Amino acid sequence: MYRLEPQAREWIDRSTVLRFSFEGAPCEGYAGDTLSSALAASHPYLARSFKYHRPRGVLSCANQDSNALFQVDGIPNVRGDVTLLRQGMHVTAVNTFGGLARDRARVLDRFARFLPVGFYYKAFHSKRWFPRWERMFRAITGLGAVTLSAERRTTPKRYGFCDVLVIGGGPSGLAAALAAAEAGARVTVVDEAHRLGGTSALNDAERQALDSLVRDVQASARIAVLSATAAVGCYADRWVALAEPRRLTKMRARAVVFATGVIEQPAVFRNNDLPGVLLASGAWRLAERYGIAPGRHLVMVAANMEAYAVCRDLAARGVNIAAIVDLRAASEAGPGAAGAGAAGAGADEAGCASLGIPILKGFAPYEAFAGADGRVCALAVAPIDDVGRGGAAAESLRRIECDAVLMSVGFAAAGQLLLQAGAGSEFSAGLQQFVPLDLPAGLLAAGRVNGVYEFGARLADGRRAGAQAAAHAGFGAGSAASIERSTRRPSHPFPVFAHPAGKNFVDFDEDLQVKDLENAAQEGFDSSELLKRYSTVGMGPSQGKHSHMNALRILARVRRVPVEELGLTTFRPMYHPVPLKLLAGRGFNVERRTPLDARHGALGAVWMSAGNWRRAEYYAVEGETREQSIEAEVEAVRTKVGLIDVSTLGKIELYGPQAGAFLDRVYAGSYASLQVGMTRYGLMLDESGVIIDDGVIARLGAERFYFTTTTGGSATVFRELSRLNALWGLDCALVNVTGHRAAFNFAGPASREILQSLADVDLGEASFPYLAAREGSIAGVRTRVLRVGFVGELGYEIHVPASAAARVWQALSEAGRPHALRPFGVEAQRVLRLEKGHLIVGQDTDGLTDPFEAGARWAVSMKKPFFVGQRSLKILESRGPRQKLTGIEVLDATRAPKECHLVIDRGAIAGRVTSVARSRTLGKTIGLAMLAPPLAEPGREIRIRAEGGEMLAARVVAVPFYDPGNLRQRAGRAA
Amino acid sequence: MKILTCPLNGPRPVSEFVYGGEVRHAPDPDRCSDAEWSDYVFNRSGSPGIKYEWWCHIASGFWFIALRDTTRDVVSATYPADKARELGPVGTSS
Repeated sequence: MYRLEPQAREWIDRSTVLRFSFEGAPCEGYAGDTLSSALAASHPYLARSFKYHRPRGVLSCANQDSNALFQVDGIPNVRGDVTLLRQGMHVTAVNTFGGLARDRARVLDRFARFLPVGFYYKAFHSKRWFPRWERMFRAITGLGAVTLSAERRTTPKRYGFCDVLVIGGGPSGLAAALAAAEAGARVTVVDEAHRLGGTSALNDAERQALDSLVRDVQASARIAVLSATAAVGCYADRWVALAEPRRLTKMRARAVVFATGVIEQPAVFRNNDLPGVLLASGAWRLAERYGIAPGRHLVMVAANMEAYAVCRDLAARGVNIAAIVDLRAASEAGPGAAGAGAAGAGADEAGCASLGIPILKGFAPYEAFAGADGRVCALAVAPIDDVGRGGAAAESLRRIECDAVLMSVGFAAAGQLLLQAGAGSEFSAGLQQFVPLDLPAGLLAAGRVNGVYEFGARLADGRRAGAQAAAHAGFGAGSAASIERSTRRPSHPFPVFAHPAGKNFVDFDEDLQVKDLENAAQEGFDSSELLKRYSTVGMGPSQGKHSHMNALRILARVRRVPVEELGLTTFRPMYHPVPLKLLAGRGFNVERRTPLDARHGALGAVWMSAGNWRRAEYYAVEGETREQSIEAEVEAVRTKVGLIDVSTLGKIELYGPQAGAFLDRVYAGSYASLQVGMTRYGLMLDESGVIIDDGVIARLGAERFYFTTTTGGSATVFRELSRLNALWGLDCALVNVTGHRAAFNFAGPASREILQSLADVDLGEASFPYLAAREGSIAGVRTRVLRVGFVGELGYEIHVPASAAARVWQALSEAGRPHALRPFGVEAQRVLRLEKGHLIVGQDTDGLTDPFEAGARWAVSMKKPFFVGQRSLKILESRGPRQKLTGIEVLDATRAPKECHLVIDRGAIAGRVTSVARSRTLGKTIGLAMLAPPLAEPGREIRIRAEGGEMLAARVVAVPFYDPGNLRQRAGRAA
Repeated sequence: MKILTCPLNGPRPVSEFVYGGEVRHAPDPDRCSDAEWSDYVFNRSGSPGIKYEWWCHIASGFWFIALRDTTRDVVSATYPADKARELGPVGTSS
């Protein structure tokens, strides 16, 4: 390949030379060059193939060259055909051992016959040897190398919105964008290339028309253009992932026009992968955009009119065409043999003939030969009818010397995104191409992907699709035009040619030859999906863009069925490989903080997470260990007074005449009978009778309740209660005030005395007894105060507006200072409640625990007419519990089991420890355990399998462990 | 991402919603057998088809009923939650 004189429309700026290095050697290119174009002008080949390490060059120059991958400044697998050259780049080839030229793995090419299809499955099924093979293949396979020291690059994500999204900036896409914009729609056009225009305007009239479309699109205020942007995934309701160079846009469009065009397909013949053998469209892109001629005398393998148009175009640029090898017999091609566009086709063919280019009709490429530099140096051709399954006879071969072979034998529709979006497809035997079918509303296809090939027809089809898309988005009346699909045949039905020596590649990504696919089919993997998985055809970086049509054709021939009976494999996102940085999230973690978070921090809180809340596990004090701090916090509550932030509890208000009836239905206890000014414990069950939540319900008025849920359950419980309220239609309403209100538990023998000094309500035992609820002022702030006993001492749960939380906390802290008040954290609270034997839903209960098993029969009112879970409880009650939650004390004072350790009885699992803690108050290690009923008798000794299999003895005891008569919390009496 | 049309909030991305299961009709708890009740509690129909489903718009806490073809994942209609009571008994004996 070599640079031509400056071309009229080239994308490069020859006045700006960029210097870079390739494989350590200095190189030059121009501004506007891609890596591939800069290297192609000066290097015989660019890369090594994945499996056999064969030299490879440019194929398409259209973001599909899966062999021309490079390591650029530490970034692996950069696509050379679309990556713009920059000054100072350090570029190396990927997948080589010892460099591109002296790749030691190129020896694999000679072992090809020992690497049959399904090689891995056939050779490496021994378990014993597998780890060794795995290590070996991990070392020799793979493409670029990941640089672990690479800097972290965060890339933004963006939400985009438009009325009409047009994917593809070729003639039909541009026409669609203009038509939609004229109707009044806001349009976004995306194209993979750096400039609009597509790649198929092959004569001056078409170029001028295209230039005018590009100008109009760029001038339109309603059209936004995203170049160098690939639409990589199409999801439900027209949600399209757009991979821009440094950003991912999640585009929501009201309608989408797929003007994605077609992907040119290679012919399959021996050595069709040699550097210098490339697609005609790739050669045209090199010449048009980068001023590079593919060779000095080239051969065109042709099966459509595009081949002749490219030949004429290249000839006009001064490139010598040695021959055109046309797969079609003289009777199939040329003027008169086709319908619409035949005049153009005839003109190009006649034009080529008049240039004196030899045209061989009815000939097929049989074998390409490599020269000393590794590039193609000659092509052997034979009459197509002489190339049978076993190959061609020597006497029918003709050798044509050349330095490049162009292939223009057909196209595959780039319909992957359409299929992802839910469109169907059918195979058109006339076009030899899949065309879209049954498009969902708001999705339109236009141009060559829709089977419309002639330039004028493509513009018309684009206008139709654009107008219809705009109409779907609510602009204009649409278009009634119906555009006929082409009647000529752009694609050859079987451009695949056997050769006894093979190396006729179908898939360049995975180095799959014709015989690999034939063998796979004969071994029984003979549906398109099975063939793909077994042979790996279409599973490489190009995802079958150059191989799936030919693979289908080969499979169809092996099975002797038409292609349309086989169907396509499923296309899934992503359409192109996408850098992970574009997809990776920013790692956001939701963490809720209570209104007092800063105060806890100042008090030395050591944090833990509970649900999605950040809570104080305990407050670290200088000179104390964690255990000492927790013990001191427990002691403060038991002997003086403590204060804990329980703002994380779910908090719900309930209003209405049927509020009590609603609570009676959703909680197992009885609430319609609850007196105003009193609270009652609530146990919430699901329909199977399993405990799902608990809390305290306070009746503040005849039609007004206030209740709490667990910290972890606050969102889901409120949501489910809302659903039940909507379902039953009772006359009541729920309000979630979890975030509006803060809450503290102020507990300890001294709590009443301190609180009374700040409160305007009488806290005396007679007027504010245990389980009562009052509204009043504390430190001048309107609060709700509940007498609770969770930690087993005289205690008040104080609920205040979040905005006043700090003021009330401060006042309580100051008033408590003379009484040695200590803030306490979650860990101390767990010990305190365990000493009382109070369960924690989700820790002491699991997804199967019912109230009878949890020892909470007292909180269930079976006499009520209905509550959620009641019917199931009736069944469960008659059966008796399968397990029982019981108190245990560990007999060995020096050792403790952990939560979830198993209880073993006669060699079988008979339960598990659900809570355990060292109680300094009681001087022993206590816990709760779910035990099989025979073991759950007080006094019974059980054995727990602890860390390392050590068996610990424990005794079943009645709960509460501490203050069994509950006198302290009831009467607030000091013991 | 799908768009779901909430009867209260209009079309919104599906990430703003949670699914609440198929609308199911409880047998009368006072009259049904234990086997009938267990079937209602534990068994769900996984068969594809056109189904009434509970959906909740999280941001507004609004529950509604959607009629969805689970084979095509197409919602053909949405209704306020009252629809659930029209469709059949709702599992209470009040």
